Amino acid sequence: MTSMIIRGVQPYGEAAQDVEISDGVIARISPAGSPTGSPASAAASQKVFDVELDAAGCVLLPGLVDLHTHLREPGREDSETIATGSRAAAKGGFTCVHAMANTAPVADTAGVVEQVWRRGVDADLVDVRPVGAVTVGLQGAQLAELGAMASSAAQVRVFSDDGLCVHDPLLMRRALEYVKAFDGVVAQHAQDPRLTEGAQMNEGELSGRLGLAGWPAVAEEAIIARDVLLAEHVDSRLHVCHVSTAGSVEVVRWAKARGIRVTAEATPHHLLLTEELVASFDPIYKVNPPLRREEDVMALREAVIDGTIDIIATDHAPHPREDKDCEWAAAAMGMIGLETALPIAAQVFIESGRMDWRQLCERMSVTPARIGRVADQGAVIEVGAPANLVVWDPAQTTVVTPAMFESKSANSPYLDRTFAGAVRHVVFRGRPTVVDGQVVSGEVAS
Amino acid sequence: MLGKHLLSAADLTRDQALLILDTTSELAAVTDRSVKKLPTLRGRTVVNLFFEDSTRTRLSFELAAKRLSADVITFSAKGSSVSKGESLKDTALTLEAMGADAVIIRHGASGAPERLATAGWIDGAVLNAGDGTHEHPTQALLDAYTLRRHTRDGQGDLSGVRVVIVGDVLHSRVARSNVLLLQTLGADVTLVAPPTLLPVGVENWPCKVSYHLDDVLPDADAVMMLRVQAERMAGAYFPSTLEYSRMYGLDARRMALMSPDAIVMHPGPMNRGLEISADVADADRAVVVEQVANGVNVRMACLYLLLGGASSEGDGSQ
Ligand SMILES: [Zn+2]
Repeated sequence: MTSMIIRGVQPYGEAAQDVEISDGVIARISPAGSPTGSPASAAASQKVFDVELDAAGCVLLPGLVDLHTHLREPGREDSETIATGSRAAAKGGFTCVHAMANTAPVADTAGVVEQVWRRGVDADLVDVRPVGAVTVGLQGAQLAELGAMASSAAQVRVFSDDGLCVHDPLLMRRALEYVKAFDGVVAQHAQDPRLTEGAQMNEGELSGRLGLAGWPAVAEEAIIARDVLLAEHVDSRLHVCHVSTAGSVEVVRWAKARGIRVTAEATPHHLLLTEELVASFDPIYKVNPPLRREEDVMALREAVIDGTIDIIATDHAPHPREDKDCEWAAAAMGMIGLETALPIAAQVFIESGRMDWRQLCERMSVTPARIGRVADQGAVIEVGAPANLVVWDPAQTTVVTPAMFESKSANSPYLDRTFAGAVRHVVFRGRPTVVDGQVVSGEVAS
Repeated sequence: MLGKHLLSAADLTRDQALLILDTTSELAAVTDRSVKKLPTLRGRTVVNLFFEDSTRTRLSFELAAKRLSADVITFSAKGSSVSKGESLKDTALTLEAMGADAVIIRHGASGAPERLATAGWIDGAVLNAGDGTHEHPTQALLDAYTLRRHTRDGQGDLSGVRVVIVGDVLHSRVARSNVLLLQTLGADVTLVAPPTLLPVGVENWPCKVSYHLDDVLPDADAVMMLRVQAERMAGAYFPSTLEYSRMYGLDARRMALMSPDAIVMHPGPMNRGLEISADVADADRAVVVEQVANGVNVRMACLYLLLGGASSEGDGSQ
């Protein structure tokens, strides 16, 4: 196993430390510059490490955990593979991602989720946790074999028909009940299908002016309201994907106050961008749920800060160029997000002074790991903890260009933007996966 | 002068809109004097790119371009085989290779002309001939021109002219462009429709809104009836075509509520018996055929001004 030292790094942005790693765990944390190894041993100051990472002035965080990632494999390897998606995740500071089930074939059997999981193990850059479909083929008609997926090698705990809403209230109730047997959670893509037929953008004054069919906020809020009541009724765990409206925040807040076991996520793009961008008719801004109003963005930010929204999740959705290089209505929905999530979160919550790094770690690592029931991820930085870590350098910048992406796709709405700070190093299971901003291969360095 | 493209009625200032209307008047005078063809755009290539079937608009643009002596190429790309996006880009690149000076585009997707103009695929001018449920600026210009002839003797703007637009505003590119342009020209616009066929946020548009047609007819100088598609019933926008025409159709009884010199307009094609009864459609005050004739002249003016014809004004009078 690799031995490693990260020198001069500031856990959670606090006092500078030297952090030693061996056998995949944090072996020692000592004030920066103090002799390494056991203080009792005179020889310790000469201790040699396989890997030494300089991180003076940098912030050390637990590796990020994404609960909502589209890796596209199997089926759409032209846009992303588990290998390229893993590289993108590592580069973005993640050590664990949850691969959504809307692949071809759909991840609705033990066979498919095990295949996805094994490909993740082979890529060996992040933990790839498959999400299982709730219904067979995402068709919303019949429950998939949730138990088989849960007891497979992939140990699935998160189930979602994401991309589509589990609209049938009876099926949703049954899914919520059924996953209790293995402590699973149903992650709902809250979108009433009838209220959003042909929908192209947020419904409001702008959609009326642009002549684009509207995606009304109520289509999300009504499903969330129904689902929290179902979760309460059967006392199960509900997770709400990509909350996008101020009204949804109010529903989730009400449900939490009532003691309902609901968690919720917001995406970086819904925390930063507004529907005004759609006026360009550039499909790079086409996403589901759609970009909303400024008021919604502000409500989402407050909800992330006060914990009503538990986590930030990327909804990383790669698409090949031709699926965006067209007119709005013909374009695919979605944007990539793994490699820009932390820069955006840092800008919105840290630079603004609204959160500290410990709080942001709750939203991007600790809580998503807990919702997904992922062992060895989202751990507090302390001796003995698994060494899944990210080093953030606030002195650098992240300049978004098509060439920077490790993702196979480049459908990012942030092209040509510059964010303060950059992911510098990433450690996955005690060995470096990113060094000085570059993804290093799965093998041990040196 | 106009901008490079004509994508939205909102692109036009009052002065630009008046320039187009005045140019239309001049061109109409020339073409009426049996000089059917002007040499203005000789050697220029104008492409009609129609992804949606609309024979009347296509012919109107073709005729306009030909009367200005442009070389006209028509691409009719309607149908499902090219409904997928990449074809817009591929077609655009083809047109660019052919050296199109202007592309007149009709497309079922809102914003397709904007995309064509801004995605970097082509260099030429883009003229929106109707995009999805977004806009149809030359229709609004021909409507304004027609209104000006009937209410302002063909001069100046439309200050104080009261225009009622009736029907499926939600899905109407004609209504959107007209509201924008008529407001720019000072007209007083009232939209009339059932609440289901009005867009969210219409209360903030620069116009009035009513659900009751009878109430607004007596004060109107012009009533513009929008085409209603019977298939809207599938979206539950209204209970039946019968109920729609009873509540929002223009028939003889309603026409009698209008002031004697008020006109009836329709962008065509009309659904006789649905939004407009046959006796209204054929009444003297219905100016539907005149709208079609004015459409050719307005489109000539747009092409002339967009393609820089105005910088060599001498050409037009030769
Ligand atoms: Zn989703």
